[in-house]
Order: sequence, then C-alpha cells, then structure tokens
Amino acid sequence: MLNYLIKRILQGVISIVGASAIIFAISRLDDPTLLLLPIDATPEMVENLRQRLGLDLPIVQQYLIFLGNALQGDFGNSYRWEQPALALILDRLPATLELAFAGLVFALALAIPFGVLSAVYRDSWFDNFAKLFAMLGQAMPNFWVGLLLILFVSVNLGWLPAFGREGFDSLIMPAIALGWYPVAAMTRMLRSTMLDVLDSDHVRMARAIGVPNRVVVWKYALRNAAVPLVTMLGIYFANMLSGAFVVEVIFAWPGMGRMVVEAMFARDFPLLQVGVLFSAILFVVVNLLVDLSYGVLDPRIRHD
Amino acid sequence: MNADPQAKVGQPVLKVDDLRTHIFLKRGTVQAVDGVSFHVNAGETLGLVGESGSGKSMTSLSILRLIPKPGARTVSGRIEIDGINVLDLDEDTMVRDVRGKLVSMISQDPMTSLNPVFSIGDQVGAAFRFHDLVRGRSAIRDAVVNVLQRVRIPSPERRLDDFPHQYSGGMRQRVVAAMAIACSPKLMIADEPTSNLDVTIQVQIIRLLREIQKETGVGLIFITHDMGVAANICDRVAVMYAGRIVEIGDVETIFDNPSHPYTQGLLDSIPHLGRRRERLYSIPGNPPDMQNPPSGCRFAARCPHVMDRCRSEYPPEATVAPGHMAACWLVGKNE
Ligand SMILES: Nc1ncnc2c1ncn2[C@@H]1O[C@H](COP(=O)(O)OP(=O)(O)O)[C@@H](O)[C@H]1O
Ligand SMILES: [Mg+2]
Repeated sequence: MLNYLIKRILQGVISIVGASAIIFAISRLDDPTLLLLPIDATPEMVENLRQRLGLDLPIVQQYLIFLGNALQGDFGNSYRWEQPALALILDRLPATLELAFAGLVFALALAIPFGVLSAVYRDSWFDNFAKLFAMLGQAMPNFWVGLLLILFVSVNLGWLPAFGREGFDSLIMPAIALGWYPVAAMTRMLRSTMLDVLDSDHVRMARAIGVPNRVVVWKYALRNAAVPLVTMLGIYFANMLSGAFVVEVIFAWPGMGRMVVEAMFARDFPLLQVGVLFSAILFVVVNLLVDLSYGVLDPRIRHD
Repeated sequence: MNADPQAKVGQPVLKVDDLRTHIFLKRGTVQAVDGVSFHVNAGETLGLVGESGSGKSMTSLSILRLIPKPGARTVSGRIEIDGINVLDLDEDTMVRDVRGKLVSMISQDPMTSLNPVFSIGDQVGAAFRFHDLVRGRSAIRDAVVNVLQRVRIPSPERRLDDFPHQYSGGMRQRVVAAMAIACSPKLMIADEPTSNLDVTIQVQIIRLLREIQKETGVGLIFITHDMGVAANICDRVAVMYAGRIVEIGDVETIFDNPSHPYTQGLLDSIPHLGRRRERLYSIPGNPPDMQNPPSGCRFAARCPHVMDRCRSEYPPEATVAPGHMAACWLVGKNE
C-alpha cells in the first residue's frame, strides 16, 4: 500500500514537472517585452528589460533557474501585477475549488437520481425524459447555459445575481453552468451499470431473502455502481477545475482559471506558469484520490 | 428417500397448480412455463430436472414472484405456500412476510450470488434485519455467527467482516445457504446449486442441504439438469421439458420405470463410472422454439416412439401408478 502510494506520488511529480516544462517552452515562443513596454520604447530599453527578466539567457538555463526558484517557493513576480505570482494564484484557488466542487455536487444531484431511476423504471416515460434532458445538457456548451441562466434567472426574473462571488446565491448559477455538461454522461453510465447490477445474481439473492426494494436499489446496487461512477467523477472534476475559466469569465467569478487566461493574453509568464502548475497539481491529486477511493469502494481492489 | 421417521414429512408446503409464466418480448411471447402443476411436502426434496431452457428457473422465480420485469408475467395458475396463494399478495407483503420467511432460494452460481462490496456478516445479517427477527448490532452478529455455524463454516466469528472474494467457492455456497435458512423458511429452492462447483465440493454441499433439511424439516426443490445428481438427493423427481412437466414420481419409480421417452433419454445420458471414455449418449435434436411451441406433444420431434396423434394433440397427464404421472400417449396404450 505504502509502496503503491509512493509510486503514484512520484508519477504525479513527474507529470507536474513535465507540464511545467511544456508550458515554459510554449510561453517562450513569444516575446512579452513588447507588451510590457510603451510602443515607442527604444531597442535599449527592450534589451534592458530582457536582461532584467532573464529572457536573454538560453531557454534550458532559464528553465533550470525557474525550477530552482520554484523549489524554494519563489515563482517570480507577475509582470502585470508586480506581486508574487504564487500568492496571486493561491489567493484565487479557493474560489475555483469552490466552483468546481459545487458544479460536481450539482451534477451528482441530478445524475444519481436520473441514472438510478432510469434503470429501475427502464423504458418508462421517466427514462425517456431523463434521456432527453441529458441530451439537451450535452448539446449545450457551458457558456451557453451560463448566458441563458443570466438572461432568464437574473435579467428577466431577478432571482439571482449575474456576477461576482458573494454568498451562496452567487454560486448557484455558475455551478449549474459548470455542472450541466457531465450530467448526461454520468446519467447514461450509471443507468447502464445499474441495469447490469440489478440483473445480477446477488441482487436476486438479496431479494429472495426479503431485502426491500429500496435497500436493494439504493444500497446494494448503487454501491456496486460506485467504482465506475467515481472514475468518471474524477475525470469530470479535473476537467471542471481546468475548464472553469469560461464560466468564471461569464459570471465574473474571481477564480484561478480567469486569472490564468488573463495572464496568457498579457504574456504574464510567471503567473501563467504558476497557474498551469497548479492545474497540473490539482489534476494529479484528483486522480490519486480517485485511485485511492477504489480500495475503499471495492474490497477486491487492493494496492499491494 | 427420507428415512427419518420423525421428519415432518407429509403436509404439503407448496402446491403449484397450472402455473403459466410467459415472457412478452417485442418479437413474440416465450411460453417459458406453460401449465405446470406439482407439490412439495415438508421435509421432502423434489427434484426439478430438465435440459437448460426448459423453464426450471422461471418456475422457481415465479414461486418467489421474482420473474424478470418488465417482460415476464405469471398469466395464470395458483401457487400456495403453506396454504397462502402468493399470487394474491402484493409486493410489500411478499417482501415482509414471504421471501426469506416462507420461501427462500439458493442460487446457481456461488461466485456471483454474493455482493462483492459488502461483508459476509452484513449480507447474512440482512435476512434478520429486514424481517425484524433480531434487533441490535450485537444480537444480529450473534445470529449470523450461529447460522454460519449451522452451515459448517469454521470459526465464523473471525470471518464475519471478510468479503466474498476472501471465501472459496464451496464456502461461498455455504454462505448463500446460510442466508437462505436464516429465517427458517418452510420451502427452499436450490437452483442448480452445485453446477459450478468441483465434484468433491458438490458432494459436500449436497450433504449439507440434506443435514439442514433433517434439522429443519424444510421442503426443498432441487433444480438440476443432471439426473445423476437428482438420484443422489431427491425423494421425488419432476421432469420438465419445454415449459411443462412431462413426468413426475418417486425417485425409484422414475429411475426403475421411466414412462416418458424424454425421461428415458435423460437416464440414458447419465455418465456411468467405468464407461468414462465412451462418448456420452445425448438425445438427438433440440427443444422446440418456445415462442411457437408445437400444438401436440412438445417432445414429438425428438421422440423415438412418435405416433401421428403425438403431433396433433398434447397428451393428458396419465397416471401410471399412484403418485406416478406421465404426459405421454404411450402410457394409456401399454396398459
Ligand atoms: N429474461 C429473459 N428474456 C427472454 N427469454 C427468457 C428470459 N429468461 C428466460 N428466458 C427463456 O425462458 C425459457 C426458460 O428459461 P429458464 O427458466 O431459465 O430455463 P432453465 O432454468 O430450465 O434453464 C427459455 O426458453 C429461455 O430462453
Ligand atoms: Mg436455470
């Protein structure tokens, strides 16, 4: 178990370092100095700035310097905000985590009842309704869901705030916009797993000794469907973390994604690098958690 | 035969009368069980024997009212367990008072009959918990240990929190048996409980079922496609073919004096010791399509003694001797 954990963490570190190298290389394809200086800057001023930022050195050396500093927790100052990049990202991280988590809860809150009841009442009107609903969800990109919500719920009805991060009310619509998409895939997957499990020998055996239907469905069968569900959950949660920026932009949500996108447009490399690094770390952590949960959810899976 | 004189043999615990369970598919109706009648006495083992697809499992699921939904429906008949027609009961009553308490099941494959993600103690305990027979965690634990002892699981108190994959096939089948007997049902249905086990373990399980029956006087339906296994455990045998019972009688009668050509064919296909290397006899041909069964005898197409009449009219259930019935036109003729 411990060996497995160490192996997985090492793999994660390698992925994270790899991601940092790639984003480092890509961001060096362009020169930020022109954006950072006035249009009428002289070539000397440009050269000065390049030296100050270390951009005149060979790229491998730049990267090693970056890594060395990063290990000491120093990711440099944001060009744009002229503050430590790490602090800026850490400041925004909770908002992004909160949004992704809320999106996940929303997705599960729909997908679990939809998936389970679609399987239990297979081919009924409910099953068809859930199918249609899920299809609609999958056909609408999250910015579109977000815009529709703003239009109807905020502008027309005035029920919820259209932007910002103030209290639970402001979280509802961004979470729905973000969580909408995975509902379809999760519902379909849960439905088909549940159909298999409900048809299995052990479910029949449980019924044969008088275990009530609700317990058979919501405890016995659903627990069996948990492993594939959690796998999918992990994938979508990681996607939500990195894909939240569209929703963050639409709802003016002060998250990490939005900051990273802005950093990209501003050629704010230090900020961009920390942002990407944190996305990679979150991705690795989520996958590790998913992996570890298998052992808890299914006693047959042992990491030894 | 059950030789124990004080066994509670005698009173019927199950009476099935003209049971029909059909499966309604888009492309037609499968007449999986089509007019089946038999009874099982307390303390007795009735073997339900027949080729795969003859409707044995569908018959047992009909008795438990657990036929696959949607699709299958018991369209007519009577199923009396301990004097109650279960076809009249609603689902709540079936759950609360019938399944587990009056009738239970030991299913086919021990490897798939236990839920892989719940502990043995949890699954066996469910039988007590949901019938409110035992209350409180530790009381249920004691009851589970006790019932696992009855199925001869060694030191069960140490293995309660284990999961099914930590048990061997034979031990799992014992756990399944424990679940089935937990609430002391009057009737138990064992649907091919040994088909997927090694021969030595088969013998152990069969011995165990016999011992349980002796202790409790439970009526047992033992489903198998293997006449040899049926000979070992059953008091009476019902031979099923294409959704109907074609012959029923005491085990000695069925083996010594089989009256239906299908039964004779099944007996000829039993492997004998010392004849291992020979190619096993099997009845030529295949069972009929159960969506459009022939109007006459369903075995006619494969029967070595087929007559014109067999193809047009289904033979009535003829009494060969008291307690021995065969649905064959030959039966009347020979007398
Ligand atoms: N879920 C189902 N859908 C369609 N047909 C089925 C289903 N289950 C069983 N059948 C059909 O019902 C008949 C009886 O099946 P079954 O009772 O399982 O036979 P046995 O247990 O004797 O092997 C077979 O013809 C089988 O093909
Ligand atoms: Mg069967």
